[in-house]
Amino acid sequence: MLTVKNLHASVEEKEILKGINLEVKPGEVHAIMGPNGSGKSTLSTVIAGHEDYEVEQGSIEFKGEDLADLDAEERAHKGIFLSFQYPVEIPGVTVTNFIKTAINASRKAQGLEDMPASDLLKKIREKAALLEIDSKFLSRSLNEGFSGGEKKRNEIFQMAMLEPTLAILDETDSGLDIDALKIVANGVNKLKSKDNAVVVITHYQRLLDYIVPDFVHVLHDGRIVKSGDKQLALELEEKGYDWIKKELE
Amino acid sequence: MELKEKMLSSFMALEHELDLDAPVHKIRSKSLKSFEAQGFPTKKLEAWKYTSLAKLLKNDYSLFPKVETTIELKDVKKYFLYEIDSYKIVFIDGVYSPFLSDTTHDGIDVCLLSAALGKPKYKRIIEKYFNAVAPQDDSLTALNTSFAKEGAYIYVPKSVVAEKPIQIIHFSTGDQGDFMLQPRSLVIADENAQVQIIERHQSLSPHNVLTNAVTEVFAEKNAQIDYYKIQNDRTDASLIDNTYIAQERDTNVKVHTFSFGGKLTRNNLNFYHKGEHIESTMKGITIIEDQQHVDHYTLVHHAQPNCESHQDYKGIYADKAVGVFNGKILVDKIAQKTNAFQQNNNILLNDNATINTKPQLEIFADDVKCSHGCTIGQLDEDALFYLRSRGIPKKEATGLLTYAFANNVLESVAIPALKNRINKLIAQKLGVDLGHNL
Repeated sequence: MLTVKNLHASVEEKEILKGINLEVKPGEVHAIMGPNGSGKSTLSTVIAGHEDYEVEQGSIEFKGEDLADLDAEERAHKGIFLSFQYPVEIPGVTVTNFIKTAINASRKAQGLEDMPASDLLKKIREKAALLEIDSKFLSRSLNEGFSGGEKKRNEIFQMAMLEPTLAILDETDSGLDIDALKIVANGVNKLKSKDNAVVVITHYQRLLDYIVPDFVHVLHDGRIVKSGDKQLALELEEKGYDWIKKELE
Repeated sequence: MELKEKMLSSFMALEHELDLDAPVHKIRSKSLKSFEAQGFPTKKLEAWKYTSLAKLLKNDYSLFPKVETTIELKDVKKYFLYEIDSYKIVFIDGVYSPFLSDTTHDGIDVCLLSAALGKPKYKRIIEKYFNAVAPQDDSLTALNTSFAKEGAYIYVPKSVVAEKPIQIIHFSTGDQGDFMLQPRSLVIADENAQVQIIERHQSLSPHNVLTNAVTEVFAEKNAQIDYYKIQNDRTDASLIDNTYIAQERDTNVKVHTFSFGGKLTRNNLNFYHKGEHIESTMKGITIIEDQQHVDHYTLVHHAQPNCESHQDYKGIYADKAVGVFNGKILVDKIAQKTNAFQQNNNILLNDNATINTKPQLEIFADDVKCSHGCTIGQLDEDALFYLRSRGIPKKEATGLLTYAFANNVLESVAIPALKNRINKLIAQKLGVDLGHNL
């Protein structure tokens, strides 16, 4: 589904990713771990198509198609979703109106009519229940005055509504207390199927107790330096990232 | 003939119709002299550095309506806030339209300045308030004063709360070709009184219209006034709006200015503090494109201790539009414990748009809190990326973000139907489809 080959990417002429190789197949959950500044967020941002990031070398293929020439919105229309570490506040635009705009933009790109309001409402209710989101929450301005936990839950709610084939969760666990973490993880797990895939980007192992990865990759200085199964995450938690650094030296 | 000369010679024609012995006429004559000495402002004046009237003054405007024009309500209904019950004072080409208006003398006076100037019943009030806060030395205000004849007159007596908003609408039909209007309004909220006013200038057909309006507003002790100015006119209509507000102690006056269209709009908005514990609020949203020009020139004169002023102006400029914000805050030595805040945030949607923003603080007291800030920017790239990553195309994402940027100014709009209307106007201007609220 997602094939990243020898990806080199830079921002403001500083090279952050220095040759990433990653293969994600339908039905899989991948975790990408690594210390701060290792390039985790850059990787997710580059896959989602931020214009400020320059791909210097290598390629990203999604469902067999090279993403190089696609804008962020076109990638979204193809089924890529990024849950942001720091979601943007949009005063005056409610969660519901925002999601409606997003869904209908995707439908328009696929040559479909707007989703009928009744279908949309039904879907909103269903997905809100999945993430234990109160209906009052849906009429608030997007992310404005939301707590850290509310913002993350709202990101996963958007994911549930947009039903992406590839979801990248960037530090979704940061700012979440354990109860919120469980709700979010439970939501992600329920959305999992054999046809879609999830890439979880995290600094800590904690989230991986709830969203269990098939593969764990350790990112260091813009490269994946170690890959393994879920045991690797536990090992990292125990020994810390210095262990990887020492091993590399 | 140059417009200035035309104005001066027309004054004599005007005098034929007026009572020359009335005290108001002395004010008119004096004002004309002030205008004659100064002429129209030019860019050489610091206050007019970024806004030129030169082109506008070249048009050959009619100054007095020759024929009475009627318009059908259905043709202009959209310019009214018709969703709610309100009093209305409507003028067509400067002439009062009884058909479109809904005035009253029941509890409050919502009527015409011409009536107030002419009837003995109002003599005391006119003597006390007319031209009492408008300065003599401002040439455009003096010009308006010399021709002051018609406009809205609103008087809310002691402890009366006007139970519905008052709409003042000035239509320009174009039936008489290029036209100059000089409405003059007087608003008085007596002690403990409260009133909400919505004002609009609207041109109805292609023609050059230049409006030089003066409104004097008086808030007596503990009064509250909410004033909304809707400026969403045709691109051949220009407006110079001069508003002077005198606040006595414990008053709260808010002015919201929504500038969404017009060839040239200049808002001279002035607050004068006459007592303690006053609150003055000025808020503005400007969204213009093409070659439109909007200039906000505000003044708050803190002349008494323990008063507050808040200014929050947002501007969104596209194409070759030009915006100006000049916010002057004057704090006298006696005005200790003043809190004065000023904020002017702007977004330029492309490289050809211009904003000139200038805070001007003159503080002579030593125990005050004054803050000002202005920003000029493009939209936040990361915010744009967030929206696009949700599948929202760049153009729509830009619209949503600019909408969000402007929207929070609406929080203080106290008339829900108006808030809704402005909200829709903003969305429409920015190409945002908010659709039905689910």
